[in-house]
Amino acid sequence: MSRIAAVMDTLKQQGRKALIPYITGGDPAKDATVPMMHALVEAGADILEIGVPFSDPMADGPTIQLACERALAHGTSLRDVLAMVTEFRQQDSRTPVVLMGYLNPVEAMGYETFVASAKEAGVDGVLMVDLPPEEAEDIGGIFREAELDVIYLIAPTTTDARIASIAASGSGYVYYVSLKGVTGSAALDVDDVARNLTRIRQQVSLPVGVGFGIRDGATAAAVGAVADGVIVGSAIVNLIADHAGAPDKARQQVSTLVREMRQALDG
Amino acid sequence: MATNNAIDLTLPDERGHFGIFGGRFVSETLTAALDELQQTYSKLRQDPDFWAEFDRDLAHYVGRPSPLYHAERLSAHCGGAQIYLKREDLNHTGAHKINNTIGQALLAKYMGKKKVIAETGAGQHGVASATVAARFGLECRVFMGAVDVERQKLNVYRMNLLGAEVEAVESGTRTLKDAMNEAMRHWVTHVDDTFYIIGTAAGPHPYPMLVRDFQTIIGRETQRQSLELIGRQPDALVACVGGGSNAIGMFHPYIGHDETAMYGVEAGGLGLDGDDHAAPLSKGRPGVLHGNRTYLMEDDNGQIMGTHSVSAGLDYPGVGPEHSWLKDIGRAHYVAATDDEALQAFHQLTRMEGIMPALESAHAIAFGMKLAKTMRSDQSIVVNLSGRGDKDIHTVASLDGVHEDQSGVVS
Ligand SMILES: Cc1ncc(COP(=O)(O)O)c(C=O)c1O
Repeated sequence: MSRIAAVMDTLKQQGRKALIPYITGGDPAKDATVPMMHALVEAGADILEIGVPFSDPMADGPTIQLACERALAHGTSLRDVLAMVTEFRQQDSRTPVVLMGYLNPVEAMGYETFVASAKEAGVDGVLMVDLPPEEAEDIGGIFREAELDVIYLIAPTTTDARIASIAASGSGYVYYVSLKGVTGSAALDVDDVARNLTRIRQQVSLPVGVGFGIRDGATAAAVGAVADGVIVGSAIVNLIADHAGAPDKARQQVSTLVREMRQALDG
Repeated sequence: MATNNAIDLTLPDERGHFGIFGGRFVSETLTAALDELQQTYSKLRQDPDFWAEFDRDLAHYVGRPSPLYHAERLSAHCGGAQIYLKREDLNHTGAHKINNTIGQALLAKYMGKKKVIAETGAGQHGVASATVAARFGLECRVFMGAVDVERQKLNVYRMNLLGAEVEAVESGTRTLKDAMNEAMRHWVTHVDDTFYIIGTAAGPHPYPMLVRDFQTIIGRETQRQSLELIGRQPDALVACVGGGSNAIGMFHPYIGHDETAMYGVEAGGLGLDGDDHAAPLSKGRPGVLHGNRTYLMEDDNGQIMGTHSVSAGLDYPGVGPEHSWLKDIGRAHYVAATDDEALQAFHQLTRMEGIMPALESAHAIAFGMKLAKTMRSDQSIVVNLSGRGDKDIHTVASLDGVHEDQSGVVS
């Protein structure tokens, strides 16, 4: 069983929800990421999503666009992000790590090389925003063989027929995008999410994480009531941006937010 | 004409692939919208009434067919092949872009979408989109890099006059690629009521196919006019390549006809030896950007590089996937013309033929002249004159060191 599946299983048995924070690797500095990853785990994160910065983050709002720009300003590459995971694993062999980003940096590295390096670094899953299952047919085997989970998105606009094919291709969990929009949008409609999750669960037996629009304890708890996990990105990345010059302060602020969400989810 | 049976003329396949290129690499939210577009278009593509409506607009609104013109003085100057110009510069709004925006506005109408968005670099596609939006009564918003807003002020004003809202994009390199990112982001957020008019034969399937289909009017007219004017098909076609829509429109009807060579001319900028150019087919490698796999200008880590060209319409790090395929199968050749060569060609065509080309098209003229010199005088070349140069006069003036006073009069 993969590390992601194991964590999801345990949480389910405990009747708890997964808390999945996102940060962009190398934001605001390369050496800030690993300490932040440990701080996230300490504050109650179950799974970490680490963004691979990309020059053209088409599906992201201003917050994560700027995080990519900060990370790229000092040249954070996919190789650097893999090195961050390697370093993280020296102290934490338990917490699953998912790399999230766009396809082109992976394409440039080459799929075989990427999968081998990711495996060696201790990555558990990958989510490539612009890689739908149809385009992944040829390369899916490489990921499966290496037992790297491939996490796919499901959107409010996804048809039932596509949900079935995503359910068949993905592993680990599926990521339900709570709204029509880019990351960092605010207009979360929990009733709408609940309706869509019911529809999704008719075909998907994997755990369902929900992201986009979760920014505090209250929204985390509301979504946690209907989902298997909550994914929090822009709210955390905003705090990192606000304290870009003071990494200790950034970790402290982020920890406070993550703890609040943990308590709200467990409460 | 002899046809070449070895090349698959039915591409793309139903998922939008041209060999390994093309496809649909987008985030999940857009998939349903692209499916809807694809379904609508595959139905209309078989519908003679749809094409009749398209042809009517091209005839009475755009002013087609555009002439094929024998540039005799330019040909004599080169001393080789006869050079013919396909006069897309004479279209309404001054470029080939309108062929495509008419087609997509018709699709928007059939799909019941009241709002359209577009990305633009030089502003030509933005103007063509704003124009059809006015003509069809649609609300129009155009995304344009902040750098381009600054260097193409006149086109921004034209779009405003036509009733479009122009949004300056401040992210990334603040040029065309970032305008396209922002248009995609807007589309994801307003996908229910908004139609995205992509300006070139790139992007996720079915855009490269449908933009090509609308632009093939250029190549189909060229085939007919060549028979009338030259008595046979040309030995070579030449077109500039930004995203590749004017070039694929001219090339596509000829793909199966081997006796006509095809040359796409990319922006060589300051030269292909450095990084200051926009020539992904000449110097890039395959990757994934803006929804399709194609040749890209990227660094070793897969980050997209900033580009440079004197012409904003060629200043793009990617290219339509069908060109990537034509390059790899060897059916079309891709070359580059530098900023200086384009500027020189701009002046030569203006002085020798009284035709002021867009700086984009001047790249094609530059290479066409070079090619003509290597050919016999009984051979012929058709160069696609994709647009007129009025929009570029300020750029040309400042590159030539001519200064303008505040009223815009040059001295
Ligand atoms: C006159 C003209 N020619 C060519 C281009 C390049 O686009 P494409 O390669 O899609 O024809 C542009 C783009 O703005 C243009 O305005």
